[in-house]
Amino acid sequence: MLRAARNDDHRKINELTNSPKIEYLLHLADNALILSQRNSEWCGHGPVLEQDIAITNISLDLVGQARNLYQYAATLIGNNATEDGLAYLRKEREFKNCLLVEQPNGDWAQTILRQFLFSTYQYQLYQQLLNSSDETIRAIAEKSLKEVTYHVRWSSEWVIRLGDGTEESHSRMLHAIEELWPYTGELFEKAEYEEAELDKSQWLQKIEQVFSEATLSVPQNVFIQKGGKQGIHTEHLGFILTELQYMQRAYPGAEW
Amino acid sequence: MMAHTIDKVRIMDFLSEIKDPEVPVLSIVDLGIVRDVKMNEEEIEIVITPTYTGCPAMDMISTQIRILLSTLGFKEIKITQVLSPAWTTEWMSEEGKRKLKEYGIAPPNPRQQVCDNKLFAAAEGVQCPHCDSWHTHRVSEFGSTACKALYQCDDCKEPFDYFKCH
Repeated sequence: MLRAARNDDHRKINELTNSPKIEYLLHLADNALILSQRNSEWCGHGPVLEQDIAITNISLDLVGQARNLYQYAATLIGNNATEDGLAYLRKEREFKNCLLVEQPNGDWAQTILRQFLFSTYQYQLYQQLLNSSDETIRAIAEKSLKEVTYHVRWSSEWVIRLGDGTEESHSRMLHAIEELWPYTGELFEKAEYEEAELDKSQWLQKIEQVFSEATLSVPQNVFIQKGGKQGIHTEHLGFILTELQYMQRAYPGAEW
Repeated sequence: MMAHTIDKVRIMDFLSEIKDPEVPVLSIVDLGIVRDVKMNEEEIEIVITPTYTGCPAMDMISTQIRILLSTLGFKEIKITQVLSPAWTTEWMSEEGKRKLKEYGIAPPNPRQQVCDNKLFAAAEGVQCPHCDSWHTHRVSEFGSTACKALYQCDDCKEPFDYFKCH
């Protein structure tokens, strides 16, 4: 009975998310949530204790940003929508995160590079959203920027440390770039619902700056993988959601 | 009818009894989390702001405020969370900084030194809360909670938390 009612609620919520602003908020929130979930897989497995703490701190910041965005989306949706419902009850095709954030952790180099590529993008994005016409989005951007500043600095330093480190760490960075670069193009392919238009050359300049210090180079002519913003994901997202949503799927409505 | 005879200043005094669950020497007033108290005949509203977006203590703090105000006799209690202006360590009271240091956590420096994107910047000079030496180094800029960094004193060798600038 309860389950049927919840499914009805869920269907209604899906119809109501059909506005550009809500889609945009969900896109921003999904990016933060999925990367947070990925990073949290490192909890207890970091290369050293301090870095284990660092990556999980970043997870916490991201889940905080996701919560603010989901809460605002839920307010706009109304009809008893909640942040939990948006995170735990939407299906794979309803998630609008970029493909980059759902890519597997791989080794430390791959996790670091994913964070660096995304945080640099997120920093630029939130700076732009400081000028948003929406007061709440402005406030979330202002608050989040302080945190993202730390993420950019931390991940940049690691890219340099690994790229300009040993032969082994350098080769792992090369591998990470090969794996992840195809997913960076999507960040700048504007979806219909997106508010901010980002200048890719500005992002690229930051990346090149750090890469050159890390003795790495930006790949040329790489095929762009896209679709995440429209809900077409790589095979990885389903597995992430299976774990993330397990409790609510197995015990609908469970609270603690 | 006690509620109606209490003014804003008294309310702030009462709110000072609520401690941050993660840094139990600091009250939510010391931390600068309480931004405003609004009262009228029917309702009391407390405006709070999180230190970090992911701060897991916010829900607990809201609950504690609610419990405290109900014991004071308030019936309609509203707790509003605002994000802007974004919380900064500059809002921490001097009293709060003193209490932090006594507790063994280095209080935030009065001026933000390295809150920008510069890479490998020299770590912020932080005074050891145990022996007062400035001869310390940063172990990691992420610590046991979102608001702290890990430092170690080069003189007394004690590791300590630094409430980082934000």
